[in-house]
Formats: sequence, C-alpha cells, structure tokens
Amino acid sequence: MSARACRDAYRDLVPELLAADARAVCLDSDTGLFAGIDFGGTAARYVNLGIAEQNLMGVAAGLAQSGFVPYVNTMAAFAATRALEAVKIDIALCGLPVRIMATHDGLAAGHLGPTHHSLEDLAVMRLLPGMTVLVPHAASAAEELIRQCADVPGPVYMRLGRKAAPEPPPGLEPLRLGRAQPLRDGGDVTIAATGPYPVLAALGAADLLAADGVQARVLNVHTVRPLDVQAILNGSPVVTVEEHWASGGLGSAVAEAAAELPDGPRVLRVAVPDAFVPGAGDQAYLVARAGITPEAVADRARRALGISAT
Amino acid sequence: MREPVEATELDAHCARVRERIVEMCAGAEGGHLGGSMSLVEILVSLYFAVLRIDPADPAAPDRDRLVLSKGHAGIGLYAVLAERGFFPAEDLAGYAEPGSAFSAHPTPAIPGVEVPSGSLGHGLPLGVGFALAARLSGSARRCFVVLGDGELQEGSVWEAAMAAASLRLDGLTAVVDRNGLQITGGTEDVIELEPLADRWRTFGWTVHEVDGHDLGALVDVLGKPGPPGRPAVVLARTVKGRGLPFVEGQVRSHYARLGDRQRRRAQAVLRATRRTSGQEGR
Repeated sequence: MSARACRDAYRDLVPELLAADARAVCLDSDTGLFAGIDFGGTAARYVNLGIAEQNLMGVAAGLAQSGFVPYVNTMAAFAATRALEAVKIDIALCGLPVRIMATHDGLAAGHLGPTHHSLEDLAVMRLLPGMTVLVPHAASAAEELIRQCADVPGPVYMRLGRKAAPEPPPGLEPLRLGRAQPLRDGGDVTIAATGPYPVLAALGAADLLAADGVQARVLNVHTVRPLDVQAILNGSPVVTVEEHWASGGLGSAVAEAAAELPDGPRVLRVAVPDAFVPGAGDQAYLVARAGITPEAVADRARRALGISAT
Repeated sequence: MREPVEATELDAHCARVRERIVEMCAGAEGGHLGGSMSLVEILVSLYFAVLRIDPADPAAPDRDRLVLSKGHAGIGLYAVLAERGFFPAEDLAGYAEPGSAFSAHPTPAIPGVEVPSGSLGHGLPLGVGFALAARLSGSARRCFVVLGDGELQEGSVWEAAMAAASLRLDGLTAVVDRNGLQITGGTEDVIELEPLADRWRTFGWTVHEVDGHDLGALVDVLGKPGPPGRPAVVLARTVKGRGLPFVEGQVRSHYARLGDRQRRRAQAVLRATRRTSGQEGR
C-alpha cells in the first residue's frame, strides 16, 4: 500500500489548482513546503509572505474580498492561535472562501516541542461561525476533500498530516465532505475518529474488540464541522478518537450533539490528556504516549458498553 | 447683515460631516468624537476627490478600495458615506440604538463599508491583499488604508508594511491620522512613534507629510499615485477633536457622550466656523 503524507498530497496538487482556476492563489509563510515546486505560468499566484502569520491571513482576506480563492499555508499552531483574530474578523466574519491549509497536525511537530504542537486548533476553528473544519486521514482523502472544497462558499480550515499515512483499502463508500465515512460496520459501538493516527487506532481497536465478540463500527470523521451528527449518533455508544486535547475537539462536538438528544448515547473520548506535551519524540511515539492507541480505544469502547476490560 | 459666503464644496462636505458626528455623539451611547473629527478632511478628500467609486454601484469590481483601519472612527466614516450618497443621512438617526445596523465599529452590512474594522492592526494587511489582487488582475485600482497613529503600536501593521514594500505594491497608500493622542495620553508618552517618517522610509515606503486639515494638500498628495515600485504613506498631522475648541487636542475627546447643552454648543461652534471658513475661503 503506497503511503504519502496529506501535506505532500496537498503540495503536489497546488500547481494543478492554480492552473485550473485563475482565481486560486497560494500564500505561503516561508514554510518551505513549496521549495522546488515549479508553478510554471502561474508563478505570480504563488506568493511567499514571509514569517508573519497575522499579515498572511489579512492579505488572504483582501485577496478573497477581491474575488480570489487563497490557499494559505502555515503550521496549525500558528493558524489557530497566533493568527486567530485575523481568521475570525477578516475571514470568518466576512464568510470569505479562504482555504487555511495547516500543516504539523496535532503532535506531528514531535521533537520540536509544545510551541509547535497543535492540540487546540480543531476546538478553535470549529467555534468560528461558517468555518468548515476538515481533517483528512490519508493523502487520497486530502486530495478529494480539497477538490470538494470548490463547492464550499465560505472559509475552510484543513489540518494536514505531516507523516505518511496508509491509504484506505479499496471498496469504501466514496468520501463526501460533510459526511462521516464508514470504514467498518458493527452494531455494538461506534468509534468516530479524525485524522491519520486516530483512524489507525480506531481500526486497530475494532480488531481487538472483534476478538472479544464486540462489533465496532468505525467512522472516519474527516469533517469536524459541519459534524455529521446523524451518522455518528445512530443509537450505539460512541468513542471518539482525536489527536487533540480532549476539550473542544471532535469528542466535545459529539458530546454536545448527544447531550441535546432525548436519549443520547454515552460518549467517551480518547484524546491527548489535559496537559502540554513536553519532551522529545516523534509523532508516533508521542501519540502512543498520549494514549491514542488501539488498546486505549478498545478499553473505552468496553467501558462504554459496560464490559469490564479483559 | 451680510449673507454668509458659500464655502467651497469640500469645506461644505466637511462641515456637514462634523455636524453629523456631533449628532451621533449626542445619542444614547455617545461616540468616538475626537478621532472622528480629526480625520474628516482625510476622508472627505478621499471620497469626494480621489476614490473612483460610485455609490450607485458600490460593488463595482474595479472601484478603488478604502479600508478604515482605525475602525473606532466609524461615525466619521458613516457621516462621510452618507454625505457621498451611499445611504440617506437620516439612517444615522438611530446610530448605536438597539436594532440599528450602525454599530460603533463598521461592518460591511453598511453600504460603502469594504471590511469590518475596530480591532486595530487589521487594515494594512487587508490593504496588501487588495493591492496584490489589483496587480494580479491587471487593474489600476488603488487601495487606501486609513490608520490611527496609536494603532501603529500594533505589530501586524509593520508585518504588512514590510510585505507591501517587499512586494513593491505601488497601488497601496496608507494615510496616518497623526493626531498625536491615544486613550491615556500623547502617543510619545505612551509608546514613542517618532521618528515616524524615518521609520516608514526605512521600511521602504515613500513618505509624505501634510497638514491633515488642509484639503488642497490632501487632495494633491492623495490624488496622484506615488513613485512606481513603492507603497506610499501620508502622515497627516491632525488635531484630535478638530472643530470643537473645547475638546481640540484633548485626551478626553477620545470618546464622548454629549449632553443636550454640549450638543447645542458644539453645533453652534460648527455653524460659526462654517460661516467664517466660508468667508475666508472666498
């Protein structure tokens, strides 16, 4: 199975996006992502604005106000917090079609440390009115979601994985923006996961549970906002999995929706514990250390079902 | 008694704009009086003698853009937009009252307002985007960003200043309402801005310094694009609260809720000034 990072899939798609649509512009903040990329005749529409993320978002808004569709590149941590006010006022308040392409998802920055981890971006972005929040779990999904963004009139925040992620097996339901994608069927418990590592943990957990005779349905929740509440809350208990702090992210979104149902299901969250994540380590190490593992997900699923851990 | 002599057209616009600002400051919520009075000539010059805009077609793609980055001067902008014909001046009667579209800080819900503003430091990055868009579109439209001087303490202004110069955006002109005051005192007593012209110059901008209440000088400097390859900034020396001697140059003019007596006094002063300037103008 070929494996590519979501970030790289996006990077490779940009020249095509610029060529296909004269309104598309690519604004960079000296991320280095586009080093060596040949933009050919569209080179004027790739602009490196340097290390200045507030300005980056404001410039994107000015371009979008003028009819352009900017793809804006920065790290998730900087998009969601440093530049937040410009995202809120200049972009979201005006409902502009800016695509915020955020690299270094979750703990992807690894040994770079807590300044570069992004464990709050989904919470921050999903509370902005009109913002679409996307987290592809694999390169092909990133490409597909970017293409489907053409139909989104307002702003989009897309969190892009930095590490190569396994491609999903063939035969799945086609990916549709706004719809959770079933990866595996099962009637006992729903595992709703967002992002590359959480989806892998969810699928691993489903295998562990199957060995115990528990049938888990696994959903790839690539669209965190608008949330596909109907698919996620189908009556079964839910375990959410995300590479994000437990507060405010996918788990919170699902719990909020469940709380408003007359007989909402239990919702248990697997997420990064409520603490900064210091110390060195690559993403896989830090994700495992944070407890985003098949074992932890399976354990939560059993708890949700009232089954004691084996 | 001698009939008052008619003021010049721009002077007359300024006078009416000031009267409307005073009326809004006499409303239930009051308003940002000082910083609105200081930029009247700046906005009137732009809206009546410089900007290629059409109130009947406010979304024309090739219109010039104006960003009021010092959004707290919203009532100044509203008064000018009404004077320019974007909406009837009577619409301002309910300013800041429940249900009115006219909040203290402007939003694009108001005809003629391009972007929301109020949180400082947002306008110049937007201006860079507007100017870059014009260039990419092969359009000669210009973008003007009106900044407060206290606002220049926001770091994002200088991020954009660097970018604009680096991108050689000669379609971008910033205007600084240099009234010298911010909420707690003089700008130089809070966080020094001087040597301000040198600072802009070293950032790669063409710098003009003018009397920000001299309509002729403003129209002259704003009306013609600067040297190619560089953005331009106009440092417009102004007086906070201009037009009302009892608040001119005073920190307390920043926000005022004028009582009925103050309002009548203010309007009387403005009317008297209008007659005087009219006579001087002739």
